[in-house]
Amino acid sequence: MSTGNFENWHGAMTDIGPLYPFVGSETFLYILGLVFWIGWHVWQWRLEAANYNDDMETLKSPDKMDRALKGERVLRAM
Amino acid sequence: MDSDIGALTIIFTEFYYWVTVVFMFLIHVGFCMYEVGASRRKNHMHTLMKNTMVIPLVTITFFFFGWWIYFAFPNGPWIIGDLIPAPWAEPWSELMGAHMGGTPASADLTAADTAFWARINGVFWAAFLLFSWTAASIVSGAVIERIRSGAFWMAAVLVGSFAWIIDAAWGWHPDGWMVQVLGYHDAYASGVIHAIAGGAALALLIHLGPRIGKFRADGTPRNIVPHNPWLVTIGLFLIYTGFWGFYVACNIPIIDVQEGDGVFFSATNIYLTPTTLSAITFNFLMSLAGGLLAGYIVSRGDAFWTYSAGLCGVIGASAGNDLYHPIQAMLIGAVVPVICYKLHHWVERRFKIDDAVGAVAVHGYGGFLGVVIAGFMLWGYPASQKYDVMITPWGNFAGAVIMFFVLGFIPCYILGAILKSLNMLRIPREIELVGLDLSEYAARYDSEDDVTKAEIDEARRVGIVR
Repeated sequence: MSTGNFENWHGAMTDIGPLYPFVGSETFLYILGLVFWIGWHVWQWRLEAANYNDDMETLKSPDKMDRALKGERVLRAM
Repeated sequence: MDSDIGALTIIFTEFYYWVTVVFMFLIHVGFCMYEVGASRRKNHMHTLMKNTMVIPLVTITFFFFGWWIYFAFPNGPWIIGDLIPAPWAEPWSELMGAHMGGTPASADLTAADTAFWARINGVFWAAFLLFSWTAASIVSGAVIERIRSGAFWMAAVLVGSFAWIIDAAWGWHPDGWMVQVLGYHDAYASGVIHAIAGGAALALLIHLGPRIGKFRADGTPRNIVPHNPWLVTIGLFLIYTGFWGFYVACNIPIIDVQEGDGVFFSATNIYLTPTTLSAITFNFLMSLAGGLLAGYIVSRGDAFWTYSAGLCGVIGASAGNDLYHPIQAMLIGAVVPVICYKLHHWVERRFKIDDAVGAVAVHGYGGFLGVVIAGFMLWGYPASQKYDVMITPWGNFAGAVIMFFVLGFIPCYILGAILKSLNMLRIPREIELVGLDLSEYAARYDSEDDVTKAEIDEARRVGIVR
């Protein structure tokens, strides 16, 4: 059993190609990579929007807005 | 790899690009320091993370499609020809990974090509990738303190992994159509990196609007000063340092440039026309010196603008710094930042554009002017060894317009308009007022309170306090 494309270093170096395991899975890995990238953006958008929504909810109170402008902690741990 | 000289040349080239990548990393250390230093205390963490996350996002997207674009798009495509096959740069290619080069990776590759790209692909990709980070980071500085991170990161991918690499394929590739048709010459990327990034930043700034408080009721601008000038200046020093790597990464270190009989090894620029490391070392330093000297005078000794003018001086001379005389580089490096400084303040007052770090001026206007000036200074020089085409003022002017407006300004203007229409471009007004880090600090205070409480509990448990 070997995940690689070669089993020893004794032969001609000019016969050795890819060094990484699971040669042949490159297209699948590419699709996986694209999904990871797009998924990250979607996740990040939701996270950022949720954070701002939470903060905005807190800052609706004029008192809290005043305190926040002075640098006090108002968004959590009231 | 089948002859001593061939193997040494390839492995030297591999090492050479690897070193440039390490140097260029400093540009991004500098950008982060610079931006955080320029932001106000309430926005530090957001500013830092906005720039930092450019690194992973542009890296993976440059792997997924940016690198392939460089080799596939020199003809446009469909401006002077079709897409060009580039099997070594396809993201699913065996050569986009650890490879000994032993067997041809595809039917389209010879054994020699496979051996070459197995060694060079990763380091060459990384050198170009670091240019990509730079292009995206230039935009980052201009928009601090009010852009949504997610919006900026979409723009960063657009500029860093798509727009700039198209311009590189067109005008920074020995077979690019702009080189073949226009005789475009931009050896150290005045337009290819800086003008396009400046154009992109300007487009985003138009949609984004100024920071709250930037302009008085009568329209005159307030100076929102950097909270930490030392961080800003050290950041700019690091950008200068990283620029050494940027310059040498724009070269091919060793090629036989002799046509016909005989052998003559030399470094070349990206167009494969000969230059030397000495030439660009002379000119890099002299243009930096010219920029600093002029910047000090025009800004009346303002540290922020003097440092920026040094950078702008290099950018202004970069298009022709493979061929200029050092004193020419110095004079160009002195003139360009003065114009950019004046333009920055005029645009700020006239159009209410709040460019927080002067990125549009230093990179955008400086890069644009650098390309235009090179067209005049190098008028009649051969633009290529392969194609019979000359550098001309009109060729480089057209190139500067393509870089700044067509590939820099327009794509980001469209993206900015879409994001703005969806209310996804700018942070809520209330958050901007209280500061982007307030949630971050609140969470940190929670943690500190929690630890302090645990310490007091422990002190009570052991009888130190009652």
